[in-house]
Amino acid sequence: MKNRLKVLRAERDWTQADLAERLDVSRQTINAIEKGKFDPSLPLAFKAARLFKLTIEDIFQDE
Amino acid sequence: MGNDTGMSWQQRNTRNVRRLGMWTAAWLVSLASVFFGHKYLWDGNQALTAGVIAINVVLGGFMIWANKQHLQGLDELQRQMQLEAMGLSLGVGMVLGFAYSALDATGVIPFRAEISHLAVIMSLSYLIGLAIGVRKYQ
Repeated sequence: MKNRLKVLRAERDWTQADLAERLDVSRQTINAIEKGKFDPSLPLAFKAARLFKLTIEDIFQDE
Repeated sequence: MGNDTGMSWQQRNTRNVRRLGMWTAAWLVSLASVFFGHKYLWDGNQALTAGVIAINVVLGGFMIWANKQHLQGLDELQRQMQLEAMGLSLGVGMVLGFAYSALDATGVIPFRAEISHLAVIMSLSYLIGLAIGVRKYQ
């Protein structure tokens, strides 16, 4: 699954650690999601969507 | 940002790891006390040994609880990595454990297959599984 987390994070000038803290997960998890190595659960995807004030589809796209 | 406990993921994880370490250490010390005490401290008194074993089992229960809390406190990727590592450890433990037992039962190996050997194999395969997980999701 592709995602725009890295771009959205960069737009806000957040580090991976900043985003991890806001989503209450580890930095390693953010890194794995950004690289497409791990797909987040639906609750985590909703949490990210709420944080960026976007829909899930705006952040995550099925490949 | 935190969850309903008011702690961040990192704070929660640090607390859970410390708690797990504490109960694991207590369990290990009590287990060592069974063997050491039985031989050197209370001169084979079976009632005392049984009592210390009971304490060891109770401490083991707390260690299991702390491990459960630790797993519940992990985030979803870390839980996935733990699951994969534990799956590998269980599989390797079963396959090699039974094979090792068969080697002992059939007299192929000249020494007794001890449960501690199985614990070492399972611990090593768990650590290897975790290392594979860290590399896989890096």
